[in-house]
Amino acid sequence: MKEQLIQYLAVPMLQIAAIIGVMLLCVMYLVLWERKLIAFMQVRMGPMRVGYHGLLQPIADVVKLLLKEDVVPKAADRWVHLISPIILMIPALACFAVIPFTGTSFEVGAFTIPLVNYDVPALTVTSWVADLNIGLLYFLAISSLGVYGLVLAGWSSNSKYSMLGSLRSAAQMISYEVPLGLSIVAILMLSGTASLVGIVEAQQEAGHWWLFWAPLGVPLLWPQFIGLFLYFVAAVAETNRAPFDLPEAETELVAGFHTEYSGMKFAFMFLAEYLNMILAALIVSVLFLGGWLPVTFGIPGLSELFGNFLPFLGGAGAAITGFFWLALKVFLVLTVYLWLRATFPRYRYDQLMSLGWKWLIPMGLAHVMVTALFMLLRG
Amino acid sequence: MLGTRELEINLGPQHPSTHGVLRVKLKLDGETIVESDPVIGYLHRGCEKLGENRNYIQTEVYTDRMDYIAAINENLVYIEAVEKLLGVEAAPRAQYMRVILAELQRIASHLVWLATHALDIGAMSVFLYCFREREAILDLIEGYCGARLTTNAIRAGGMRLDFPDGWTGAAKDFCDEFPARLKEYDTLLKTNRIWMGRTKDIGVISGEKALSYGITGPCLRASGVNYDVRKAMPYEVYSEMEFDVPLGSVGDTYDRYLVRLEEMRQSRLIVLQALAKMPEGPVMNKVPKRIKPPAGEVYVVNEGPRGELGVYLVSNGTDTAERCRFKSPCFVNLQALPELAKGHMVADIVALIGTLDIVLGCIDR
Repeated sequence: MKEQLIQYLAVPMLQIAAIIGVMLLCVMYLVLWERKLIAFMQVRMGPMRVGYHGLLQPIADVVKLLLKEDVVPKAADRWVHLISPIILMIPALACFAVIPFTGTSFEVGAFTIPLVNYDVPALTVTSWVADLNIGLLYFLAISSLGVYGLVLAGWSSNSKYSMLGSLRSAAQMISYEVPLGLSIVAILMLSGTASLVGIVEAQQEAGHWWLFWAPLGVPLLWPQFIGLFLYFVAAVAETNRAPFDLPEAETELVAGFHTEYSGMKFAFMFLAEYLNMILAALIVSVLFLGGWLPVTFGIPGLSELFGNFLPFLGGAGAAITGFFWLALKVFLVLTVYLWLRATFPRYRYDQLMSLGWKWLIPMGLAHVMVTALFMLLRG
Repeated sequence: MLGTRELEINLGPQHPSTHGVLRVKLKLDGETIVESDPVIGYLHRGCEKLGENRNYIQTEVYTDRMDYIAAINENLVYIEAVEKLLGVEAAPRAQYMRVILAELQRIASHLVWLATHALDIGAMSVFLYCFREREAILDLIEGYCGARLTTNAIRAGGMRLDFPDGWTGAAKDFCDEFPARLKEYDTLLKTNRIWMGRTKDIGVISGEKALSYGITGPCLRASGVNYDVRKAMPYEVYSEMEFDVPLGSVGDTYDRYLVRLEEMRQSRLIVLQALAKMPEGPVMNKVPKRIKPPAGEVYVVNEGPRGELGVYLVSNGTDTAERCRFKSPCFVNLQALPELAKGHMVADIVALIGTLDIVLGCIDR
């Protein structure tokens, strides 16, 4: 009883706390990286004042947002106005439950908590909170709940700009969920499981990332590149980032759905957006780029070497190495994300819709067919 | 009862992309514009009335503050009007200097247009790149007259001062570097599907209609009408310069983009020619200290970066004008906005305001 209590209640609680803490920190420094990278691309310096080269800027930002007055428009629906940033934030955080951050589990030996003399039995701690066998479906289902937050935020603000912004976001997120789902179908077929842990393990078994799945044995004929492209475009649109940032197009709608938000409520919306970005990058890494698997350049010997940088730590070393590889992949994907923002102009509403329905969805369907055909050919 | 109603929305006067304090009353059907009505006057400072209460030398200061993006062109047209009233000519070297400064200012103004136009459509980086280039021009202008924006550089009868040492070399250096940079920005936008989609066939206006609205400048030439004051009624030494007048064919936002980009290249050629041909000599002709033109009236036009700049002056023989009237190209061009915007989406209205290249200081005066 006591063991189960610890294994199924205390450990997940600690994991959740750790994930939320680390992810919020990641968001803070992702914002700094975005500002620095875009500044570099635009021949500027970016934040320089707070800390060495602006390294403490995110902390200053958070303090500023915490201290800011929370302004609620008079005609706003107060409760909905309050609750919509929370509706945005919860799904963004909940999705992290199924992400496998690294493959190897940590073995924690039995120990006693001092002062209270509480004996804790030996435990196995995984890097994921839950390994659901419907992990991918869970991710799709939960992440699409965020759109309610946007719509309610726009509606409750009682502002025309917010309303237009939230209507755009509703249409956009609903239409881009279809190609997003279609691009994942091929991965499901290849892996034969919807568990995110299972998908990475399937890639380990196959000996290559799904991105480099070459059904005919010919290098450079990698059908999953289309899948990655589809997923990435749809994910950029899902997270309302440039060039699909129409819901908050500042030159048209001032700030879109969060025009009337300030202080911590605004910070919540901001956090949710960046959490969704990190989430999209994590899913790309897990589905297409082999999750925690090391980069081996196809050389078999390297997987031993790159699989564990810290062999003297044993299993923990392998776990840390896996985490490093995943973090590297996520970082690169996020950098591309930010790069897009510095390069592209913004789509117009009708162009966005026609891109989604007339190009991405047919492409997604064809992609599923082609993958199925290749799998059939291979037997 | 369910019914549908058009959504009325106020774009401005405080809005990120109205280039100042323009207010546009929009009627929307969903995201489609049914009706748009620009409301102006938020930056009215009575420049024309001031021109009737200050003497000619003092009034030049106010011309800086009308089209603050292209102050030298405004200075030039006003001083030309004063010179015509006085019946004096500018010194030959000063005429070349005026052309050099005016064309540099035209490039700077077009760079601001490109920067903000691209930013309105969402291309953030182009904005910063263009401002870097513009900074080089502003440095040149500052090096000549000490001010970056409110230049007040030109005097009746010529220029107050010659170019300082090394200035012409710096101007040449800028002209040498500029085309490569411009090509970079052009590539960044022109090879982008999104940019093409956002500018092609947006806000089409035929040459005939543009003429009937009285549109001038790049917006008119993009519709295929070959009218440039520099060619049609050459002033200063433009008749000695060789340059092309770029023309568009369709008259959409993309054509206006191409025309302005080509104009920047042509302006650079004019600057280089003027630098080469500039004679030595005094920069100021003999003009009385107190300017008291004889009674009479003049109307002078110039090709500003946004179109035909005009100044109408009536003198009654004193040192103050009896009537002073400025003709603003932005004001005229802005009239076409409702016509251009009809049937387009909300996102296009900011692209259209950008493509008309308005400056509210110039519109409201």
